Amino acid sequence: MKIYVPQDMASIAVGANRVAAAIAAEAQSRNIPVTIVRNGSRGLFWLEPLVEVATASGRIGYSCVTPADVPSLFESRFFDGGPHPKCVGHVDQIPYLAKQTRFTFARAGLIDPLSLDDYRHHGGGKGLETALSLGPSGIVAAVKESGLRGRGGAGFPTGIKWETVARAAASQKYIVCNADEGDSGTFADRLIMEADPFMLIEGMVIAGIAVGATKGYIYTRSEYPFAIQVMERAIVIARYAGLLGSEIGGSKYEFDLEVRTGAGAYVCGEETSLLESLEGKRGQVRAKPPLPAIHGLFGKPTVINNTISFASVPFILAEGGKAYADVGYGRSRGTMPVQLAGNIKYGGLFECAFGVTLGELVNDIGGGTASGRAVRAVQAGGPLGAYFPTSLFDTPYDYEEFAKRDGLIGHGGLVVFDDTANMAAMARFAMEFCALESCGKCTPCRIGAVRGAETFDKIAAGVEPEKNKALIRDLCETMKFGSLCALGGFTPYPVLSALNHFPEDFVPAPVRRAAE
Amino acid sequence: MSSETEGSVSQIVTKIAEDHQHLEGPLLPILHAIQEQFGFVPQDAEPVLAQALNLTRAEIHGVVSFYHDFRRAPAGRHILKICRAEACQSMGGEANARHLLDKLGLNWGETTPDGRITVEAIYCLGLCATAPSALLDGEPVGRLDAGTLESLAMDAA
Ligand SMILES: Cc1cc2nc3c(=O)[nH]c(=O)nc-3n(C[C@H](O)[C@H](O)[C@H](O)COP(=O)(O)O)c2cc1C
Ligand code: SF4
Ligand code: FES
Ligand code: FES
Repeated sequence: MKIYVPQDMASIAVGANRVAAAIAAEAQSRNIPVTIVRNGSRGLFWLEPLVEVATASGRIGYSCVTPADVPSLFESRFFDGGPHPKCVGHVDQIPYLAKQTRFTFARAGLIDPLSLDDYRHHGGGKGLETALSLGPSGIVAAVKESGLRGRGGAGFPTGIKWETVARAAASQKYIVCNADEGDSGTFADRLIMEADPFMLIEGMVIAGIAVGATKGYIYTRSEYPFAIQVMERAIVIARYAGLLGSEIGGSKYEFDLEVRTGAGAYVCGEETSLLESLEGKRGQVRAKPPLPAIHGLFGKPTVINNTISFASVPFILAEGGKAYADVGYGRSRGTMPVQLAGNIKYGGLFECAFGVTLGELVNDIGGGTASGRAVRAVQAGGPLGAYFPTSLFDTPYDYEEFAKRDGLIGHGGLVVFDDTANMAAMARFAMEFCALESCGKCTPCRIGAVRGAETFDKIAAGVEPEKNKALIRDLCETMKFGSLCALGGFTPYPVLSALNHFPEDFVPAPVRRAAE
Repeated sequence: MSSETEGSVSQIVTKIAEDHQHLEGPLLPILHAIQEQFGFVPQDAEPVLAQALNLTRAEIHGVVSFYHDFRRAPAGRHILKICRAEACQSMGGEANARHLLDKLGLNWGETTPDGRITVEAIYCLGLCATAPSALLDGEPVGRLDAGTLESLAMDAA
């Protein structure tokens, strides 16, 4: 009897390890032989810990399981899929999952993350097989045809980046995976690494073959200890199986990988800062040009892509660039793992084709707020992303449509706030965060953000609010145009969107009270 | 610090540096290993590293001080890192944290006088769909409220 208990970080945070231990103990005391598989999460986090059992008719789930539920689960013969108040039926028929288009997250939660057999049994490895038969130029052509754009935030076409590195002549080239995932409201990279690490390895190997690189790094954050552990184990297993090292899959290609851990600096997610950090330096942003594609890690041509960008590639190679490009909206092709987070009823990962509206994501799929109150605002795209009011809920999920509304998709996070949110406090937080994380290279970012936070304090205290609001707008202009990178350059998005869409929150507290 | 422990800091750091010499860009892995060993990055480690890596002391210091993770002094016996980023804020994380800090009489980053617990801010743990979140001695905890956060901090002996 196979029982699945997730061991991704979020499931553990809500008690999955205690549940797994309770199931093992109960099984032993009842003398029932069970095999507990620690899978990754399906990404349906409001259901975690979601215990699944394999039955003849498919996997049956039991949600929000606590150790106290375990005896009654055994009484109900849950290991045969027996009925129980916590039963959610067939997991793949849960509408939230059934409605998704899982190109990239097809295996997440389904498999044992460290079983290569499981991986292959569920389609893993086909992308590499095709890649080996296509060769470098064929790989680049497929990635270009897919229309894949970088999922780290900027949305730059991945195929074109790879082509640039492929054409650069150098004795050594690098593949770097940006798994720094610092944006609040995002966890897709984490889920890839914890639920399906071989897919990321496969994507990076394919990139190495495409551009002629033999060495890769996965740079992830110290806040992700479980992801680091799973990736490191997966790399060892892959090496042993001949998927890394020399003569990959019996070919002439060579590629190896190493995981590196950041040290708590948000700015190190910016690609050039990340490269500096990998080199063992302060994570200070480099001026561009030269692009990392030409002058990257240790000065060598480097492909640096987000985790999801690499993880999307095995599907693209296995199924063809066209299959990926066939879904989507406008110039946003393929799927996006949207991450529904914050004050939302059904928080989790929802991979779907571009084009769904923001309102559908938050209300129809996400079920509105967790608190049951009205939705007030949604921050899209992390701490540098705009706050959307519900009046913009008809915005299609698409890079260009979001940009038209002074917003961004970023890495796909959506953080929902209910009507108790104080948007002036959120605007102030954006400035404070920028000040805290600034790499210090440019004045508008380093000094401007500190000034911004102070100015918000004055507004809150009722000190010349109109004059100070104008000062904030000036400051935002300076930051937008005088910053080297998007930390200083995009902090104005959350600030100005809060100011523009929720002006009523920027009235000093005593006045606001009197007006109520 | 006595000369005896200084000696051992220098020996341990030298050994850690040697163990990482084969890496490209070894400094961050070395600093993580030092913090793992001592619980912080001792000042005395800097000149040792400078010599081992053929860098200036100022360069080493610049790197150590750039990253939020590297502690310059020992922390309490337990370390509670509470997420202060947006998704956790949307679920009331700030109020929970305020309540706890007031109860402990601490500001962010401070340690209780008995050295029992240090409370630090952290910005997103990727647990944003099970917010608010925290890490106690590296163990993740989600769906916190003021009460569960408080007992988490108080029960850590
Ligand atoms: C302050 C800042 C933080 C960033 N953080 C990340 C991050 O955590 N992960 C990421 O993939 N990209 C991040 N980016 C974007 C990267 O600079 C870069 O665009 C990306 O790694 C390129 O990969 P892609 O084309 O696959 O998206 C950040 C950018 C800035 C300005
Ligand atoms: S905008 Fe800020 S983080 Fe970016 S390079 Fe300038 S100082 Fe550094
Ligand atoms: S499938 Fe579980 S109770 Fe019906
Ligand atoms: S914002 Fe707190 S875990 Fe992501």
